[in-house]
Order: sequence, then structure tokens, then C-alpha cells
Amino acid sequence: MKVVVCVKQIPDPADPGALDPETRTLKRDVKLILDESDSYGVEMALQLVDAAGGGEVTLVSMAPNGERSGLSTALAMGAESATLVSDPALVGSDALTTAKILAAAIAGQGADLVIAGSESSDGYTGTVPEQIAAVLDMPSVTAAKAIEVDGSTVKVQRQTDAGYDEVECPMPALVSVTAGVVEPRYPSFKGIMAAKSKPFEEKSIADLGMSADQVGWAGANQEITDVTDAPTREAGDVFEDDGEAHLKIVAFLENLKVI
Amino acid sequence: MTLDTIWVYAEADGDKPSTTTLELLTKARDLADTVCCVMAGDNGDDFAEALGSYGAETIYQTGDLEGSLVGVPVASAIAEAVDAGDGPDAILFGTSYDGRDIAARLSVKLDRTVITNVVDVEVDGDSVVGTEPIFGGATEIKTKFTGEGPYILLVRPKSFAPEPSDGAEADVEDLDVGDLGNSGGATVVNVHAAESDGPRLDEAEVVVSGGRGLGESEKFDMIETLAKNLKGAAGASRAIVDAGWVPYSYQVGQTGKVVKPTVYIAAGISGATQHLVGMKGSKNIIAINKDAEAPIFGVADLGIVGDVHSVVPKLLEALANR
Repeated sequence: MKVVVCVKQIPDPADPGALDPETRTLKRDVKLILDESDSYGVEMALQLVDAAGGGEVTLVSMAPNGERSGLSTALAMGAESATLVSDPALVGSDALTTAKILAAAIAGQGADLVIAGSESSDGYTGTVPEQIAAVLDMPSVTAAKAIEVDGSTVKVQRQTDAGYDEVECPMPALVSVTAGVVEPRYPSFKGIMAAKSKPFEEKSIADLGMSADQVGWAGANQEITDVTDAPTREAGDVFEDDGEAHLKIVAFLENLKVI
Repeated sequence: MTLDTIWVYAEADGDKPSTTTLELLTKARDLADTVCCVMAGDNGDDFAEALGSYGAETIYQTGDLEGSLVGVPVASAIAEAVDAGDGPDAILFGTSYDGRDIAARLSVKLDRTVITNVVDVEVDGDSVVGTEPIFGGATEIKTKFTGEGPYILLVRPKSFAPEPSDGAEADVEDLDVGDLGNSGGATVVNVHAAESDGPRLDEAEVVVSGGRGLGESEKFDMIETLAKNLKGAAGASRAIVDAGWVPYSYQVGQTGKVVKPTVYIAAGISGATQHLVGMKGSKNIIAINKDAEAPIFGVADLGIVGDVHSVVPKLLEALANR
């Protein structure tokens, strides 16, 4: 079975990040890491290939400056190879363009299954996986919390507000996974060493048959017209617990007539 | 300046329209002369009065989807209408599992961008501008559509207060779903709904959420108990959802539910931006955390620097003795 996993490399969420005032895009001059949301997809893919008795997990990513550190992490976890699309023209690309780029990198790989995280931890549009499926004209199931492959059908437990739905979908298909559904493995030392010699392909938009006017800000059909600090909430009183602090909560709730 | 027509994707919550649907209809009435709804399924008649009373003139329904996930067929039906020249100037979707699926599929079908995580919408000339919080709500950006419509927006729940209009019962019309190509076929074969006896997390007047500071999953029981005693709902930070202590349906934050209760109690939650964006619209916030530097205290009206394992049991006892 062949599984392609979409991974995003993002600035470390521990570092709050900033907008570049010139380009109004996220500053990405820092070292990028594998989005934690995508580590679940990588782990899920590795487990599915194991369960299928063999196969291959490959990675696709789009990132500036030939960035590959996050992909290296996923290769060290056990993926076989990676394709990175990196091109200066991609700055400012919207989710739809990102999906077109990733779909172009996935097309022709002969994937039985494409796996992605439900949403990235920095951009949060949450639309890219379904857009990739639409570009590739394949069925999809989003918000998966469990995935099982049965012949040419993928069976998914899809998160809902009330619980979950059991969904069956013919393959090839795309499935997006919610965070926390599996325990991502830590790369072993052996895995980290092996990752250095795994096949790694970097492509430009020209390699994918696309041109600069289709991508980046030019292809985004949207512009940021204003950036403002949101109104901040005033911090209230803070008390050190002296063993009686719970009474302050009781008084606060009484004052609001909640109790 | 207003648009001619806005469509709102209407979702059901049992036999009623979802609250988010009513929020979107209320906003859409300010922005366009004509407001209509799109619904999956064939029971638009059951919602004609309720949606009409919030300003929907027509409900466009897809017909029975026979268990299919809604993303592909609903997007196809909307695209068919747009291609036939019957589409709206803008389409609003609530940020829900299905709303995201449809908006994303539709964006590819029409080759239009989607503006996501929107908390406010305004009309600017012939175009539409969406306001989106970024960096956990510390910064807001306004994004304007520069290409052709229809403009597709994914709006976060609780962005607007729902207010009924004096609209009459909506007409119901059928959309043609069209050819799904190879994209159809994802089908729901079984539905599992968790039983819950208390108020829903996104509608409760009181929300009590627990985080990593609880130390272990068993300690979440006291969060549930406190929530129950305050006739509220229990929530959770992403950290403990990812750790598998509680189901995803408990999650409050950017990923997960947006809550704006009268009182929000954060117990053992440090206040990552991911969490803050989902709860800082609460009217009153109480935070209990042993780290005095935790960001949660920056938004709390009452902050207790202390150990949740000590403060919460004493609070439960004090409430029981009242």
C-alpha cells in the first residue's frame, strides 16, 4: 500500500511569531519544525502500512527557502522519501494555491491513500486537505480519529460534535486526521541517521507545470488591507492561594448570581 | 453599500437550525438585500418557518444524499447553481466539520479563494472584507477578496448575536447536485452520539475547563463535578485532549469549540494562544494555576495562584455546604 502524507513545516509555536510588515506574510526566517498536527498523520500512515503487511510512506511539503528540517523529522520516523516544493514565487499563496501545489506533487505517485492533518498549527484554515482531494478528484473523509483499511475501502471514525460517525470510502482517497489520535513515535538514532540518505526531491513551480502568476499573492485573489492589535482584555485581581482562596471564587460567583 | 444576494449554509441541530446558522443569517441581513439558505437533504420544509423568521427567503435543498458526507454533493450543487448564473454574491459557512468540507470543495469547483476563521464581515464596494484573528487573537487582520465572486467565507461560531427578523416562511427549492466525478462515495454507515445530561459546551452559562495542571486523567472527574454543581459544562485544553484524557468534543480553543459563557473557570490551564482564542470572549473568567506567570492570568477577572488539587476540592466542599 502506498500512502502519501502531507506535512507542513512551521515556525516553533513556542515562539509567538510575527507578520512581516512589508509582505504581510508570516515571518519564516526562523528554523522550521514539523507541525505537531502532522506528526499524527505520519504515525498513522506508518501504522497503516505496517497493518497492510507492507508498502511505502512518502511525504510532500511546501515551504520557503528549501526548508527540510521538519521533513527530516518525518523521514527519521520512518517515511521512505520526501518531495519538497519550494519556490520564491510561492510567498503569499492562499490555501487553494497550496492545495494545487501539493496535489500536483502527489499526482502521479500512485497513492492508495493521502493523509493530512486536519489543520495546521499556524494558519488554521483547515481547508487544504479537502481542497487537495477536490483537485485530485478523489473522495475524502475529514476529521478522522481512527482509520482502518479493508481491501479497497478505507473505514474511518469521523469526529462529530456529538461523537463520531463511521464512514466508509472507496480508495484512492484522502483522509485528514485530528491531533491526538495516535501516539507519534520519537525518531530513533538509527532513524535519524537513515533519514540523511533517504531520497529527497526538491521541485520548483515550473517543475510542476505552474507559473508565477498562478501562485503566491498573484494567485491568491485576496489582499490583507489592515492589521491591528485586537482589543485586549484587562487582567483582573490575582491572589496567591493562602488556603482560603476558594472563598474568593465563591464570592465572585455569588456576585454574578451564578450561585 | 450592500450586496444583492448572500447564501448561508444552514445546518440542523436536531429539528432546529443550529445557533451558528441563525448568527450567520442575522449578519447576512445587514450585508445583502436577499438572504437565502442552502441545506443538505430533502427536509427543507421542516426548517422553512424557523429559517424564514431569521430572514431566509428561499431554502435551496440538495435532496436526499443517502448517507453521503455532505462536502462533495453540496459543493457540487452550489457550483451547478453558480455556473447556471443563479449563484449569490457571497456564501457564508459556519466553521464546522461539514462547513469546512463544503467550502473547501466549492473553492476548487469554482476556483475561488476562501477566507477562513472570520469573526466579522463587511461589504466594501463590490467586494467583501473578512476580519480574522491571528496569533490567538492578539492581532486582527482584514482580508479583502480581489477576484471574482461568489466570495466564500468560513465564519467562526459566536461571531454575531442571533436576532430574528419578521420574515415569512421561506420558499423551498431543489438544487441539482450534478455529476460528482470520482469524488463521491464517502458514506456514513453508523452514527455514534455520546449521551450528555448537562448543557452543551458551546451553550452553557458556566464552563469549567481542565488542563495539564490536573496532572493525571483521573483528576478530570473534579472538573466534571464542579461543572455539574454549577449547572455548567466541562471543557478541556488541547493538551489533555491530545493526551487522550477526554474526547475531542471537550476541546475549547482555536481547534475545538468557541465558548462565551457568563463564567469560564480555567483550572490548571496555562493559557496557550490556541486556548485563549476559544474562551477569551467569556463575560467573566476565573483562572486557577500554580504558575503566577501563566498567560491565563492576563485575561482572568479573578486569578488564583494555587494548586488546583487543593483549591478545587475546597471549592466543591464550600459549594456543597451552602
